[in-house]
Amino acid sequence: MYAQMVKSTGKGVKSLDEMEPQERAFQERINAGDKIEPKDWMPEGYRKNLIRQIGQHAHSEIVGQLPEGNWITRAPTLERKAILLAKVQDEAGHGLYLYCAAETLGVTRDELTEMLLDGRMKYSSIFNYPTLTWADMGAVGWLVDGAAIMNQVPLQRTSYGPYARAMVRICKEESFHQRQGFDIMMTMGKGTDAQKHMAQDALNRFWGPSLMMFGPSDENSVHSAQSMAWKIKMNSNDELRQKFVDQTVPQAEYLGLTVPDENLKWNEEKGGYDFSQPDWDEFFDVLRGNGPETTERMEARNKAWDDGAWVRDGMMAHAAKKKAMKVAAE
Amino acid sequence: MSTNDWPLWEIFIRGAHGLSHRHVGSLHAPDAEMAIKNARDVYTRRKEGVSIWAIESSAIAASSPEDKGSLYDPADNKVYRHPTFFDIPDEVGAM
Ligand SMILES: [Fe+2]
Ligand SMILES: [Fe+2]
Ligand SMILES: [Fe+2]
Repeated sequence: MYAQMVKSTGKGVKSLDEMEPQERAFQERINAGDKIEPKDWMPEGYRKNLIRQIGQHAHSEIVGQLPEGNWITRAPTLERKAILLAKVQDEAGHGLYLYCAAETLGVTRDELTEMLLDGRMKYSSIFNYPTLTWADMGAVGWLVDGAAIMNQVPLQRTSYGPYARAMVRICKEESFHQRQGFDIMMTMGKGTDAQKHMAQDALNRFWGPSLMMFGPSDENSVHSAQSMAWKIKMNSNDELRQKFVDQTVPQAEYLGLTVPDENLKWNEEKGGYDFSQPDWDEFFDVLRGNGPETTERMEARNKAWDDGAWVRDGMMAHAAKKKAMKVAAE
Repeated sequence: MSTNDWPLWEIFIRGAHGLSHRHVGSLHAPDAEMAIKNARDVYTRRKEGVSIWAIESSAIAASSPEDKGSLYDPADNKVYRHPTFFDIPDEVGAM
């Protein structure tokens, strides 16, 4: 998902009886559905794991602006341009809500930024793919934001209060994102042959990477088991991927597009679709930093940070000067 | 890489006239004026507010979760502060 393959303590989940009293009380609060707040006691593993997860999620929102930002100046109409601009601006907001939530865990915003820029922290694999045509704006909103929603809706109930509250705000805004994408796909699906072709091509390229967003099967992952016990992960990766496929296939049919998977078939017995796994070798390769656009994305973020340095410094200097003048006047 | 740690501000927004300001989140800004401008962009993109307060996070004093019990116990044994404590006969009518 926006946070993929987040590592936890690496140890198996402790039973309540194996825990020290403080940790046991903490786990019992989580089991009872209580929210954990910044000043509450929490196990070090919980805190670290959440910083990694929320940080990765925040970075994904920020880096996620780049593939769509790529098309703002080339949107086909002024209305589409204004809508895309608003959507991308929302993603900046999502990044900010999440950075704030991460900061309540004792990491600074600047530390998080540095870890993204020097590659110590990751962002979602999906944003390492290029957006080649306008139809990709449709596919990204429909599929990528659609997949994100699958994961984010249950996270509104996550155990860490600031994270859950950030998720509530984000979810309110995400359905606009998905709908504007689907709207682009509908227009192109009803358009000329060339437009239909572009829409199909966008679906072909984004289908696999969208399925990868949920991460590889984690049925046997100790990290996921721990995260689920802490309620910072609410569903297994396969469960969410299945839900996404079941929701998306009929939408593709409505658009008159073909999901690029010859094994896709409705399975009456399980009440869901059977489908092919995406190319996991490709996924791991992207995570290792070899995505088609990884270098460009990292360069763009580093450039933005470096080029903005004089603005940040200037504003701080201005604030200091104003404060000094105010003190002098008193 | 330059880091210059803009201070953290807590943002409170009045959702509509007549309501109190409510905490919505925090953000970094060099000064109060920019904190309010940034809050407008971060927290009111969909007309979520009619008024914004920004206060430096470091200026907030907070109770600590550990005194959950003791800090609030004075209220534990004063159920009579609630109107439902008193049985008023039906004949008396609305009260
Ligand atoms: Fe987002
Ligand atoms: Fe997104
Ligand atoms: Fe989005």
